[in-house]
Amino acid sequence: MLKLFFHTPLQLGLAQALAAALAAGVVVLLARRRGIHLESEAVVAMVRGLVQIVAVGSILVVLLRGPWWTSGFLLAGMIVAAGATSARRAKGLPGAFAVSTWAIAAGAGSVIALMTCLGVIDTAITTLVPVGSMLIANAMNTNGLALNRFRSDVRAHVGEVETALALGAEARNSVSPYVQASFEASLIPAIDSLRSLGIVWIPGLMAGMLLSGANPVYAAIYQFVVLAMIFAASGLTSLVSTLLIRGRIFSPAEQLLLPREA
Amino acid sequence: MIADSVTAILRAESLGRVADGKVLVEDASFEARAGEVLAIVGPSGAGKSSLLRLLNRLDEPTHGTVYLQGTDYRTLAPRELRRKVGMVTQRPYLFPGSVADNLRFGPAQRGERLPDPAVDDLLTRVGLEGYAGRSVANLSGGEMQRVSVARTLANAPLVLLLDEPTSALDDAAKRGIEALVRAIVRDQGLGCVMVTHDMDQAARLADRALALERGRVVRAGSIAEVLHA
Repeated sequence: MLKLFFHTPLQLGLAQALAAALAAGVVVLLARRRGIHLESEAVVAMVRGLVQIVAVGSILVVLLRGPWWTSGFLLAGMIVAAGATSARRAKGLPGAFAVSTWAIAAGAGSVIALMTCLGVIDTAITTLVPVGSMLIANAMNTNGLALNRFRSDVRAHVGEVETALALGAEARNSVSPYVQASFEASLIPAIDSLRSLGIVWIPGLMAGMLLSGANPVYAAIYQFVVLAMIFAASGLTSLVSTLLIRGRIFSPAEQLLLPREA
Repeated sequence: MIADSVTAILRAESLGRVADGKVLVEDASFEARAGEVLAIVGPSGAGKSSLLRLLNRLDEPTHGTVYLQGTDYRTLAPRELRRKVGMVTQRPYLFPGSVADNLRFGPAQRGERLPDPAVDDLLTRVGLEGYAGRSVANLSGGEMQRVSVARTLANAPLVLLLDEPTSALDDAAKRGIEALVRAIVRDQGLGCVMVTHDMDQAARLADRALALERGRVVRAGSIAEVLHA
């Protein structure tokens, strides 16, 4: 319907953004009626998200004319930003930013590099940056979930952890049940995405490929490829971050540095 | 300071800890002797548990140090120190599994498997004969605390630190644990430092005592001297 009233891509895009924001606004109003105040957080997040994505789109227009290796810088910048965002979900964990950034670089970075070398991801900026950013964004979410869960679990089990330490356990062994639980929990969304692929949802990438006239079977297979890469990148990120963080929450004398849950 | 370095197993020297600008323990000097129970008494918030946690280096002292059999404990590997200075906490925090699994936890940390006869022997010492295969989920509070004591003893410690070990138990279970502690300390010649807010318990169980107020040792001596000062 909007296409009847808006004819340029910019006008149409803004109108579509407004319509989607209105739907989000309805949710905010419904939440408010139930006493949950999301107004300022939702408005800030939406405005910020829109400005950021439009800015990136504008930068992409410039970068598309550059050599392929410029995507390396762009993806590296995204990894650092993802590390910072993820670390916010893990406040109170020592070195959360460094751990998140290294974990996302190791997880998403290595999968992007390997798949690009193998030719699974095309080196053209128009492919490498969007597909790479998908892997980084998912790795960021997984990392945030893993660290958040790890912090909550350890803080809720300070007694058990310190009992293990008091019995002569190595610091890393004293938190191993929580490392394992955090790793498993963080991968639930990625596993569910793979499991429900095509049944519950048709992801945006596949929809985009279909809209641009790609062979539907190839589009479907490539969507699976992307989700499998997301799973690999997320799993590796979560594995690295949980292993790195368990060393950060203890002092050199193997004393737990996290406070007990308030 | 209570001093007699001849029989001292554990000796704290000017021990203190300041955390987040708050003085938790200040200038505490005392010693734990073989075959004796040293009670740390004082009101809630006096720093009793904070002091106990410094003795097995679960927290780091910001002043002073502790000597284990004359050796500065900062020169010992923390794991080795904690095996020698065992701790029993107010809540037993048993690990999921059987009673035997819990008793084997400490030795397993250094790659040793506690043999069945050793498990049975430990359980006999704490009055839980035949409990090895039982799940810890089905134990009473008193039984759990006995398993916790046996689990600590499985590491063959030189010193036993007890942090209000009976405060969550009923009277009968409390008396049982007290008798157990007395027997273990006397029979095996262990050093024992026990935190308690219960003055009657201190009088029943301890040979000597320290009274703490706002992190400072305000009285030290025989149990009679400290409790009746």
